[in-house]
Amino acid sequence: MVVRSWRHIKERYNLIGVRCKNCGTVYFPSREICPKCRRKTDFEDIKLSGRGKVYTYSVVHVAPKDFEKQAPYVIAIIELEEGVKITGQVVDCKPDEVYIGMPVEVVFRRIKEDGDDGVITYGYKFRPVEN
Amino acid sequence: MRDVAIIGYGQTKFGELWERSFRSLIVEAGVKAVEAAGIDGKDIDEMYVGNMSAGLFVGQEHIASLIAEHAGLNPIPSTRVEAACASGSLALRQAVLNVASGASDVVLVGGVEKMTDVVDATSAISSASDQEWEALFGATFPSLYAMMAQRYMYEYGLTLEELSMWSVIMHENASKNRYAQFPFKITLDQVLNSSPVAEPLRLLHCSPVSDGAAALIVCDAEKAKEFVNEDEIIYIRASVQASDTIALHSRESITQLKGARVASEKAYKMANISPDKIDVAEVHDCFAINGLILMEELGFCKKGEAGKIVYNKEIAIDCDKYPAINPSGGLKAAGHALGATGIRQVGEVYWQLKQDKEVKDRQVEIKNGYGITVNVGGTGGTVCVHILSNKK
Repeated sequence: MVVRSWRHIKERYNLIGVRCKNCGTVYFPSREICPKCRRKTDFEDIKLSGRGKVYTYSVVHVAPKDFEKQAPYVIAIIELEEGVKITGQVVDCKPDEVYIGMPVEVVFRRIKEDGDDGVITYGYKFRPVEN
Repeated sequence: MRDVAIIGYGQTKFGELWERSFRSLIVEAGVKAVEAAGIDGKDIDEMYVGNMSAGLFVGQEHIASLIAEHAGLNPIPSTRVEAACASGSLALRQAVLNVASGASDVVLVGGVEKMTDVVDATSAISSASDQEWEALFGATFPSLYAMMAQRYMYEYGLTLEELSMWSVIMHENASKNRYAQFPFKITLDQVLNSSPVAEPLRLLHCSPVSDGAAALIVCDAEKAKEFVNEDEIIYIRASVQASDTIALHSRESITQLKGARVASEKAYKMANISPDKIDVAEVHDCFAINGLILMEELGFCKKGEAGKIVYNKEIAIDCDKYPAINPSGGLKAAGHALGATGIRQVGEVYWQLKQDKEVKDRQVEIKNGYGITVNVGGTGGTVCVHILSNKK
């Protein structure tokens, strides 16, 4: 489904979320209303830094069909500097090197292929920040 | 609002039931429930059925019509209710509201899932999470619970041994349940050495892929006396539902299930009891970590304490410091036929409070006469709690 990927390019390629000007809360992915402000919602786009820390993670061994070739891989929830948490893979390191609190930064990568002739989905993953 | 009672329960075996079809499973459970209640098809005013995803698992939608027809119940109203793994108890809640309001006197409520007709059940199950922002990036359903476990271990120092003891207890209980998918015992070493699914979770921390169905007869409490002896009537004292974010990453904390906390607090208030009055609980242990978290959310112990209590087996059937938890064997060992689970949990507590012969080998001591169930959809996006009692 080309269009289903295409409509999220802003978020998945450029990590653009929204910030509610009424209460200051940042959301990613963007949504229609701020649950805190409801009809007083006043959103503006915000480009996220892509820098953050591993909040939690898991090493996936039993993968769905589209991800079988990648297993074992690390899926994580990353807490970004802006305070928002997002789900993505941690790559460019061994699974046993990942830990809670690990500093990471965003990278643009191929996420999965929809079969041999299908759409290739691109988006964000995270890698350790070199010290 | 009228008082609502349960007067009958029936279920199929849970498991990989290759010879059984979707429709044959739910009809078997329904007929058993009708027989147990001593009612006749013509007594039933309406039916609800909980089902997560017949569309993905067997390619069939519009199952409410299918089931009403195959159960021989046309033309009564039949409604399907869906909230991932919480579908069953949400269907029950609709039935309770229906009877309480006076719209119906007798309602058949079922739950069913036929999961083994597809090759890639993992993908279908992941539709209970946020497809666009979790599953698309490679988060499997077990990995979401694994991330909860990882964070819980980090915050509270839970060990893998403590977590693994959950599965040992569940199998022990299931060994006394003829409907259980895994009616046999396992050792702590077997859990610790089982193959990794999504670390830190291993195969024996996970509930299985199951086929199965369960059904209850819900009835106006006054009318119930026409069908069963008064001392066999079990009352539904609270039926409460709560919502939370569908994606795990949108929550402030992932070591608690806020929906379960909110729903159970409200349920205790409705039933006018405190958690220490609960004799028996059936909690949604789709993964072992959720069993521990739910013990805390239901108020049986403080945050971070569940691991030690489980490791000391203080939730076993014959223990008295805490309520007996999952005498059926839970989702882990009794099986987890998604849409059927919420009904099966309530069915177990119904049997326990009624001291039915079906549970004589795993009968919990009924001191206060209260039982609770908590059924969770997805990673906690929907939670439904029921409190049952042998007292009106």
